[in-house]
Amino acid sequence: MLNGAATETQITHGRRLWLYVAVLLIVVFLVLPSLLVVPLSFSDSRYLAFPPPGWSTRWYQEYVSSSEWRDATVVSFLAALLTMALATSLGTLAAYGLHMARGRFATIAYVAFLLPMIVPGILIAIGVFLLYAQFGLNNTLTGVVLAHTVLALPLVVITVLSGFKSYDMNQEMVARSLGASRPWAFLTVTLPQIRVSVISAALLAFITSLDEVIVALFIAGGDYMTLTKRMFNALRDEIDPTIAAISSLLILLSVALLALSQLAERRRGG
Amino acid sequence: MTGAAETAIEAAGQSAAGRNAEALRAAERAENLSVAALAAPGLALIGLIVIVPIGWLFWMSFRNAQGFTLEHYERLLLPTYTLSLQTTFELSVLVTLICIVLAYPIAYIMTQTGRRMTAVLLTLVLFPIWTSLLVRCYAWLVLLQRRGVVNTWLEDAGLIEQPLRIMHNFTGTTIGMVHIMLPFMVLPLYASMRAIDRDYMRAAANLGASPVRAFWQVFVPLSLPGLFAGIIIVFVLCLGFYVTPALLGGGRVMMWSMQIERNVTYHADWGAASALGVVLLAMTLAILWGVGRLIGFNRIVGGR
Repeated sequence: MLNGAATETQITHGRRLWLYVAVLLIVVFLVLPSLLVVPLSFSDSRYLAFPPPGWSTRWYQEYVSSSEWRDATVVSFLAALLTMALATSLGTLAAYGLHMARGRFATIAYVAFLLPMIVPGILIAIGVFLLYAQFGLNNTLTGVVLAHTVLALPLVVITVLSGFKSYDMNQEMVARSLGASRPWAFLTVTLPQIRVSVISAALLAFITSLDEVIVALFIAGGDYMTLTKRMFNALRDEIDPTIAAISSLLILLSVALLALSQLAERRRGG
Repeated sequence: MTGAAETAIEAAGQSAAGRNAEALRAAERAENLSVAALAAPGLALIGLIVIVPIGWLFWMSFRNAQGFTLEHYERLLLPTYTLSLQTTFELSVLVTLICIVLAYPIAYIMTQTGRRMTAVLLTLVLFPIWTSLLVRCYAWLVLLQRRGVVNTWLEDAGLIEQPLRIMHNFTGTTIGMVHIMLPFMVLPLYASMRAIDRDYMRAAANLGASPVRAFWQVFVPLSLPGLFAGIIIVFVLCLGFYVTPALLGGGRVMMWSMQIERNVTYHADWGAASALGVVLLAMTLAILWGVGRLIGFNRIVGGR
């Protein structure tokens, strides 16, 4: 096995064993730190030693029984769901337009849609804060959803555009020539076939909003404090083990969403 | 007679064709406009929430109570700001370099393993992206603190006598940032390596190149577009990064973005904050524009 050729240039597996070890270590570096939080969250101690001196679910109880954490969680999920709905519909609509339109306008519009990704987050944050101060939108759910929608739009547009690229638009044209209106043809012919991209885009929009920190730090608060803002403040002050419990739950959610998106990808590939 | 009739018919035909073409072009323009209008709601929202405030910040960065001024920009020459600019660049360069070193092997192996193994590796690389940024910062805080996991293990192993100071400083920030940025380096690298035709490597071997030589002279140059894309993404993201340095730096690592935050939250000094922001945006755009000229903007963002 070790003496077998690894590549076309006939280097053997044995001669580049170090490379496999290196890759293994890098993967461990990528994945392990986050996963280590899970056993820590079941510790019964305030001090986060590993392995924990004893096991308990007290940090989970603390999380569930704290109305502050609970409220923040509800706000974050609500914002993420609304952002997902708004960003996915606006982004899919825009991707359709960008895909069909020709000429310079389409290129400029495409770059404009990437802006929220290009402009540094801190700048968007203070800008939105300034803008919302004029309209009384700071510390409101509407404000958070609108800002998060803008942040999610580039990802949605890129993802759905890639779906359009592997779809034959003539099918929609056929439907229209047979009498379907444009929206009807899109909904019944095109959308079912690009649904994988649209679902991936929706998941990305959801996670973008749920994980967003920097803008929320400025514009969320009061009754509409997001989970991320509360976590950030807690982390800056002290390392509260309750966050280990919340983190473990968030990791569980990430794994589920990642699996979902991989599943969708595979369905497309297969 | 017949000739004249034919000419007349032909002329009529041509003008009809001309009229048709005109109408077709008009219809196409109208069609183009109506589909392009579908992008309008999204564009309007981006305009309102990103572009308008940035224009406003730009305006404020040149204003004081008396009117036009450059004082906010002049103040950026103070040591506090130049030092923090230096820190920002040092950290960004260091993180980018470490990411290159770590990303290259893993992307390279991903192009050579079997389909299932590649899928597993890809999932493991994507996992951090899908994990909340704060969760990962928290993990590093727990791992790197004075009585944290890393120090305890190293002490138990007898490798160190005193706990290492690896949190709330430059080292801790670097480790955390590399962890956040690494996937953004691996993904474009992998995409670019996957597109390399393996026949080139066979040809190099066939022509007598050793595996090492074939790798450096054939494979690496062909993977450069992906590497450049990764470098740009990581570097630009590092320049404006806030959360990780704020948490893992413990106030000792003053990034440019943190100066902006401070000026707004503590001093409500919008002049200084907006000038800092304009400079950050200008640096970001300049880098993207410069490299975009070099290798094509679409390659960086992976668009069309």
